[in-house]
Amino acid sequence: MSDLDFTADEMMTIAASRALASRDVCFVGIGAPSAACNVARLTHAPDITLIYESGTIGTAPDVLPLSIGDGELCETAVATVAVPEMFRYWLQGGRITIGFLGAAQLDRFGNINTTVIGDYDNPKTRLPGGGGAPEIASSCGEIYITMKQSLRGMVEKIDFFTSFGHGDGGNAREKLGITTKGPTLLVTDLAVWKPDPETKEFTVVSLHPGVTREQVQETCGWTVKYADHLETTPAPTPDELKTLRDLKARTKAAHEGTGKAA
Amino acid sequence: MAKFQSLRDAVAENLNDGDVAAFEGFTHLIPHAAAHEAIRQGFKDLTLVRMTPDVVYDQMVGMGMAKKLIFSYLGNPGVGLLRRCRDSVENGYPRTVELEEHSHAGMANAYEAGAAGLPLAVFRGYKGAGLAEVNPNIKSITCPFTGEELAAIPAIRPDVSFIHAQKADKKGNVLVEGIIGIQKEAVLAARRSVVTVEEVVDNFDDVHTNCCILPQWAITSIVEVPGGAHPSYAHGYYIRDNAAYLEWDKIAADRDLFTKWMTENVLEATPEDFAGRVANLRDAS
Repeated sequence: MSDLDFTADEMMTIAASRALASRDVCFVGIGAPSAACNVARLTHAPDITLIYESGTIGTAPDVLPLSIGDGELCETAVATVAVPEMFRYWLQGGRITIGFLGAAQLDRFGNINTTVIGDYDNPKTRLPGGGGAPEIASSCGEIYITMKQSLRGMVEKIDFFTSFGHGDGGNAREKLGITTKGPTLLVTDLAVWKPDPETKEFTVVSLHPGVTREQVQETCGWTVKYADHLETTPAPTPDELKTLRDLKARTKAAHEGTGKAA
Repeated sequence: MAKFQSLRDAVAENLNDGDVAAFEGFTHLIPHAAAHEAIRQGFKDLTLVRMTPDVVYDQMVGMGMAKKLIFSYLGNPGVGLLRRCRDSVENGYPRTVELEEHSHAGMANAYEAGAAGLPLAVFRGYKGAGLAEVNPNIKSITCPFTGEELAAIPAIRPDVSFIHAQKADKKGNVLVEGIIGIQKEAVLAARRSVVTVEEVVDNFDDVHTNCCILPQWAITSIVEVPGGAHPSYAHGYYIRDNAAYLEWDKIAADRDLFTKWMTENVLEATPEDFAGRVANLRDAS
């Protein structure tokens, strides 16, 4: 495989990483957001402040953590604070510019469900729940979301509002007294989406290389809207791709190296 | 005044059927050995509190010990879902467990309120979130100064909290380092507390004065259990057993395999077994 062959997953992670800058203070969700945030730190945003909800502020892990509380997050952090302090002073205090979240279910207005599939009291599938996400969504300056497209994931109507995006659109956040911007970016494995300035509906602004409109629609549960000037996401550079692959390889080796239950 | 005890005595004296009990730890320092002792002693109808119920709560729910969970994230961290908890919620097996679900911010504030002796926690939370509609313990309160509508939830006051920490000194003061999570608040919010530690040392003369110390007079019972956090980790002692968390996903997926594993690794095991489980994880820490 040449350096410039890349998977849709890699394109998603790298496109998401490009949205971050060194000046950002970012509350990092586990999984795809964590990969994107660390690629940003290892490429164009070396001074970005990454915060995990376990209390680690300004962490710089060598490998991707398996959980939000891995020891390496603490060892490489500028400071580690208690969980109440993290949520009271740093998140609620308005010190965090970007919350980077994943989603099990997402709707066109950036509302996220990670709680249940089906009815809350009698669910088809019980998911882990919100953790830090309900307040990340309302207290961070803005929210970036990254997820793989699928009909199960990108739905017309989410089963549960784990975290509030733009509600039913327009000025729904203001009406609830929320002063932060909410979801301003969605990066999937096929496209980059931004909310329409008025309706707040996610709109495709850029298709990843080789991706067609049909592919985007086939894997999205609502009727997709496109920006007037649709762009093509720049392909990963050799440096971006190498950074991501090295990070994944180090992570795999590190996690395989740990012990097994007696 | 902290009392040094065996794990069996500490659990027997401080936990009762029907108690509200917290076994806290935020990925780090999870009190597995204490929870396993509680499982061996066969307590019933517990209300289990924890921000991030993971493998050990999956085990307690799977053994039918819990009547209710108060929590904010019900998952195997980094791995996925908790399959015994899911079986309880989705199929009522082995019994239905009532869920009281919050966000992390909610739980952290509620523990803090408990530690502070307040009846409720007030914070800016749950805005637009569906939890407020399904959890009657999430209400709102108006700020008397600004008129802002804020979230209000009851303080968490466990009958007993269990935590694991790195060290106790001979007087019974306890040192917690690394990711310190919510453990201090969990102890101070509880009526009784049991702290398992990796080791007991003469004194803390070599420790920086800003380290997190729980003074002995704020703790009920201390037990030395080397490896007592496994498969979680103790910063400076041994690393997290990630393979065990991945393996749990398979064990918990099958009711019979779960029962067999619990029999061999919990019911027929002892607190002393934990030291051996972390032997190969110490070098990497």
